[in-house]
Amino acid sequence: MGIPTRHFDALIIGAGGAGLNAALQLAGADLRVAVVSKVFPTRSHTVAAQGGVNAALANVLPDSWHWHMFDTVKGSDYLGDQDAIEFMCREAIPTVYELEHAGVPFSRLDDGKIYQRAFGGQSQNFGGDQAARTCAAADRTGHAILHTLYQQNIRARTHFFDEFFAIDLVRDAEGIICGALVLEIETGEPLLIESKATLLATGGWGQVFRTTSNAHINTGDGAAMALRAGIPLMDMEFFQFHPTGIAGKGMLITEGTRGEGGYLINKDGERFMERYAPRAKDLASRDVVSRAIVTEVKEGRGCGENGDYVMLKLDHLGEAVISKRLPGIRESSQIFAGVDPVIEPIPVFPTAHYAMGGIPTDRFGRVAMPAGHGSEEVVVGLYAAGECACASVHGANRLGGNSLLDILVFGRLAGKDIIDYVRENPYQRAVDSASLEQAMGRLGRWEQTGDGPTVGQLRADFRKCMEDHAGVFRTEEIMTEGYNKLCELRDRLPEARLTDQSKVFNTARIEALELENMMDVGMSIAVSALHRQESRGAHSRPDHPARDDQTWLKHSLYYREGDRMDYKPVRTKPLTVESFPPKERVY
Amino acid sequence: MKISVYRYNPDTDTKPRMQDYEVKTFQGMMLRDALLEVKKQDESFSFRHSCGEGVCGSDGVNVNGRNVLACITPIGELKAPIEVRPFPGRPVIRDLVVDMTQFYEQYRAVKPYLVCKDPLPEQEILQSPQERDKLDGLYECILCGCCSTACPSFWWNPEKFHGPAALLQSWRFLADSRDQATEERLDALDGPYKLFRCHSIMNCVEVCPKGLNPTRAIGKIKDLMLEKGV
Repeated sequence: MGIPTRHFDALIIGAGGAGLNAALQLAGADLRVAVVSKVFPTRSHTVAAQGGVNAALANVLPDSWHWHMFDTVKGSDYLGDQDAIEFMCREAIPTVYELEHAGVPFSRLDDGKIYQRAFGGQSQNFGGDQAARTCAAADRTGHAILHTLYQQNIRARTHFFDEFFAIDLVRDAEGIICGALVLEIETGEPLLIESKATLLATGGWGQVFRTTSNAHINTGDGAAMALRAGIPLMDMEFFQFHPTGIAGKGMLITEGTRGEGGYLINKDGERFMERYAPRAKDLASRDVVSRAIVTEVKEGRGCGENGDYVMLKLDHLGEAVISKRLPGIRESSQIFAGVDPVIEPIPVFPTAHYAMGGIPTDRFGRVAMPAGHGSEEVVVGLYAAGECACASVHGANRLGGNSLLDILVFGRLAGKDIIDYVRENPYQRAVDSASLEQAMGRLGRWEQTGDGPTVGQLRADFRKCMEDHAGVFRTEEIMTEGYNKLCELRDRLPEARLTDQSKVFNTARIEALELENMMDVGMSIAVSALHRQESRGAHSRPDHPARDDQTWLKHSLYYREGDRMDYKPVRTKPLTVESFPPKERVY
Repeated sequence: MKISVYRYNPDTDTKPRMQDYEVKTFQGMMLRDALLEVKKQDESFSFRHSCGEGVCGSDGVNVNGRNVLACITPIGELKAPIEVRPFPGRPVIRDLVVDMTQFYEQYRAVKPYLVCKDPLPEQEILQSPQERDKLDGLYECILCGCCSTACPSFWWNPEKFHGPAALLQSWRFLADSRDQATEERLDALDGPYKLFRCHSIMNCVEVCPKGLNPTRAIGKIKDLMLEKGV
């Protein structure tokens, strides 16, 4: 078809923490690696992570990776795969040291070691006293890590395609992934990137909800590409609502505020978390705190004119702690809520924040799905890491400080595995023309003119629908209604038209492609949630209030074709230690 | 409220123009919200934006003559008529989208990464809180470009003068107790242009949305050069 083509050993789609850490391994091994990013790499949403990254360094209090593992398994409401969790918690320690050596400006303790703070759901000695495990660079840890990784990639001469949008994966005649079709946003021209291995590291999809802490770019592009390639998405019903977004707006106020001693109050000034989590209180896990806040508001104890939020109180910490440890959230509160937390409490409410589910992978970042005889057969040449992937370390609920860890550990591991893979498979497979045409068809579809709904209107309707029907509390009735509405919106999507048909930096066209991605991903959330008839972690159903391990201790798999569901077992056996069997989860 | 926006699409326009839009305001509205409203009315209007909270640095624009991040600029604090233009001194790709290539090249030119020559310890390299404090006001840069594109020296010599953003990064590594490339860094900044074209006009300090002070960082580099006799 005469499309310009470039060749690389490895193609990485996404330039956040996972993509950049993978790229760094590959560039360091002298492989030709291309990183495609729809924004300049330091704009990736990793930049917004505030609180920190967990690792049992024991710099402040005694600690061990095994305790970290227990907390993560419990935090996941026992849906996390214990082999992957053990692996991540062990790898956390060298990973953080490696970051420090790369230049991350971590905050420091008097003895010169990395500062660690308390975070929700983190304990010593398997559920004992609060741990201090979260390594922080003030409240700008994600920024510090993302910039450092980008800088080290500059040093390693990684090849960047900045402001290129990935359209779709392409395959060879046998159906094996061998690259991707991408679009140069500046010129509007397509480019085929052929590669021996491809890593999806495209981040999350918080934009499917109207009120979210997520950036405009978080539209689930990689997950939707996987869906279109016939790969199922795993555990999509588990979407985390962060307890403390700025009320009505969604910008994040880090859990680190509570780790430093902040707490929540209702309109009566009551510290209500004591009723919901008597021991951990405000440092219970996020699903617990989010539900507590929504319950307070529902039962009429919310603050403000409409009683629709609660307050996060920090003023007792004093200006010195706030300026040193939480300067970023002070800034955000002043700008977006008009309050200085040194003086007054911040109005907060849960905000759509983090996708626990995603593209199913093993612990080496290899995409794995049911095929032939097994439920986890590797998809040759395709990898996924970071929030778009589900190595299943977060299960039904992610603990704060484990998301930066996830992207770094599995990004690094995926990079290392790709090195081996490329060395064993040194020849480039030829892209099948039918596959390329299909990908080009995605672009061509938006060249249709005439009347039809606008992308902006469909997008707004869709996000509202997701917020109303797949929020913190979900009942059969609400979700069925939501599913039907989503089907209607999905049916209208092919009628949508762009009025702007120009090529140069056409953001309307990018948003149209993003909307297609979001609708597919949103549907996977709605369908997966409707089917799971229990409450577990972030998936909270008043009509099925209990966790049901008998029926539901299993991963869900959603296929785009026919909105089909499938299931596979949870890996409950760790690598080297005893398994943590499910028990009641109290904080 | 009326908002006047710079429009230019090389596919359809021979020259740029200003176009007016009527936008409904609300309590707490930011300039980005207004631009999104314009986009809603007219999807052919292009600008970069992402995080919406002043941390990704995508939506730097020039409003009423001043470079800002649209997402943290309250509409209420802007004087009418509101005129939004692309960053000055950069080639315009389309509407508010400018070509930042040179800005990024200057960033790369200062080798913005930690260089550690000693064998690495098994654990972290120790750094006292006082040493770490020296990085405050430096590492927070989000590379939005508000500073360099407000700097007359960068306008005149963008290919030679590194500009405030890159030089702030240079000092960020010179100031890091863990970095061991001080001499190479200083040598590379020698000559009349790369560093010394800074005339302390202070536009960079004036516009930095993160409250950073590149002029002071540049002064510190100059001091260090004198001290080392480079």
